[in-house]
Amino acid sequence: MAAETRRLLSGWGRTAPTAAKVVEPIDDHEVEWRVGGGADRRGVIARGLGRSYNDAAQNAGGLVLDLTRLRTIEHFDADTGVVDASSSISVEDLLQLFLPRGWFPPVTPGTRFVTLGGSVAADVHGKNHHHDGSFMDHVRSLRMTTPADGTTKVEAGDDLFWATAGGMGLTGVVNQVKLQLRRVETAWMRVDTERATDLDDVLGRMEEGDAKYEYSVAWIDCLARGPRLGRAVLTRGQHATAAELPPLERNEPFTLPPTIELAAPPWVPAGLLNKATVRTFNELWFRRAPKHERERIVAYPSFFYPLDGVEGWNRLYGKRGFVQYQAVVPLAATGTLRSMIERLGREGTASFLSVLKRFGPGNRGMLSFPTEGWTLALDIPVSGHDLRPMLDQLDRMVVDAGGRVYVAKDSRVDPGLLRAMYPRLDEWKAVQATADPDGVMQSDLGRRLGLVRR
Amino acid sequence: MKDGLGSVQSIAVFGGTSDIGLAIVERLARAGRLQRLVLVGRDAQALAVEQKRFSVVPEVEVVGGFDAARPDTHDDTVDAVFAGGDVDVAIFAFGLLGDQATAEADPEHALEIGAVNYAGVVSVGVRLADRIKQQGHGTIVVLSSVAAERARRSNFVYGSAKAGADAFALGLAEQVRPYGGHVLVVRPGFVRTRMTQGVKEAPFATEAAVVAEEVERGLRHGAAVVWAPGFLRYVMAVLRHLPRAVFCRLPQ
Repeated sequence: MAAETRRLLSGWGRTAPTAAKVVEPIDDHEVEWRVGGGADRRGVIARGLGRSYNDAAQNAGGLVLDLTRLRTIEHFDADTGVVDASSSISVEDLLQLFLPRGWFPPVTPGTRFVTLGGSVAADVHGKNHHHDGSFMDHVRSLRMTTPADGTTKVEAGDDLFWATAGGMGLTGVVNQVKLQLRRVETAWMRVDTERATDLDDVLGRMEEGDAKYEYSVAWIDCLARGPRLGRAVLTRGQHATAAELPPLERNEPFTLPPTIELAAPPWVPAGLLNKATVRTFNELWFRRAPKHERERIVAYPSFFYPLDGVEGWNRLYGKRGFVQYQAVVPLAATGTLRSMIERLGREGTASFLSVLKRFGPGNRGMLSFPTEGWTLALDIPVSGHDLRPMLDQLDRMVVDAGGRVYVAKDSRVDPGLLRAMYPRLDEWKAVQATADPDGVMQSDLGRRLGLVRR
Repeated sequence: MKDGLGSVQSIAVFGGTSDIGLAIVERLARAGRLQRLVLVGRDAQALAVEQKRFSVVPEVEVVGGFDAARPDTHDDTVDAVFAGGDVDVAIFAFGLLGDQATAEADPEHALEIGAVNYAGVVSVGVRLADRIKQQGHGTIVVLSSVAAERARRSNFVYGSAKAGADAFALGLAEQVRPYGGHVLVVRPGFVRTRMTQGVKEAPFATEAAVVAEEVERGLRHGAAVVWAPGFLRYVMAVLRHLPRAVFCRLPQ
């Protein structure tokens, strides 16, 4: 039995820290014991690498299971690319282990420092959602520990499987994930970049051209106004084939040149990212981007993980941290999208990184976020300025348009809106109650959003 | 739970008929996330009257039988407050201004001022710190006073009790910090409320809503101390350091 230590935990956004007893279970038996009755009434939640922006992997006054000690690859089938791994194996681990053998994670978010367990809990998506769906679409089965049934295998298609997809860890602890990897010939990407002059331009380009690319994402300048509203840099690409590489790289298609690792300073002034600095950054970023560039060959990390190159980049937002806001609205709701960007531009604050993407159809996950439509993701520093009225307004625009916010990133949505955003919420609650009849699974997010019984 | 931008879902007001306490609740409720409000005080009927102001809050409870000056009522009170779940913010709004002239002549009255304003804060504070430790989060808002920083001739009995409570609260903040807790000490100047009705106003008199405004911002920013109105911070920074001989000659 591992020892419990009290720690203050917060998410990647560094807001609202709370204290929990953190324990690193020594094996699956201990996980089973902790979930099956070894927790007090404050309950238990699993935590991976702490990259969730919000309070999803916090459990004030309760137990937090840090599973990072249990890190094994149970099985890998080199012919089919199916890997069976502990939930605390990260996307980075998968890249290190399997990319040299020609296998790539089927879906990856904007950081590779996320665990498979976390990827299940948020049913994460990446730049290839329009093409390949979200993470759970590539999961064959799970091994989970639930308070009701102990450790069991959960097959794709089971109710519990689709309640666990996006279920924020509240249906039980995921021990193991059986995942289908994607075949690649190289560690390089073939990328096309283009500038879009306004919102209609970028939406049009995505609508027309996304089908030709496996990966597509637009960086959008939320401070541009008037005729330039919604101007964007659209980046789309594919995994490069060996034949597409220059002769030198072709011989060793999985070897990348060494990169320089940067780290954010331990302390930065609170107002570093303000409207003026972000406006300047946006201007430079937009002008730096080529008007149109075709088939540039780049190493996969700079395409997928530009921020992972700066360790601790979340500290750049200062000690008050930042909030993420990501929402999706249906494809037809381009008017809502425009109103949202206009509303953001009017606010006295700035989103440093704003990303626009076109989602393909969603999956059967009861609380999975992606649904067909436009998704806009923002990072907003928490400053003296009160962001709440604006974000509440954005919520209402999103709900009125039939959209939803991303629970894995949200840290302030009105719980009363959740049912409108996620129509299958009651179905999820029923499955959750079967897996956890006594309310053992608890988290700050669960309490805040009323997903758990108190 | 408190959310990422500082909005809270549950509040308990000890001294649930206090104008300042209720103004703070009204201000915090504006964020639209308040689910549960517990009004705690001596007289359940008086609390029930205030309860009606918060019809938009889904759950409003009244806990009567709480007397700040009687620690034997505090265990039951705190149990009742937490029976309905976690408390994100507990506001210590009870207080007894008392009458300085009476207190100078009547030791009983002087001690009563101390019992409510100092001993009451200590007694409820120790109990709440334990609850914060159990729930792993939570904020206590302690209504102190500028009189705690420098008591005047005209209010030193009250001021000395507030000074004790203020020092206690600052220490309590350190105690609960590793447990995810936070204590905000509020130092208002003269506030026009039911408690101060008929009392001669001090300079820079203000309204309960102004205190609430400062508290709301202080909570959002994780401040340790706020003054109300805000500029009293600077006024007090000067007054605090005035030599006694000079301070005594100021109009009291």
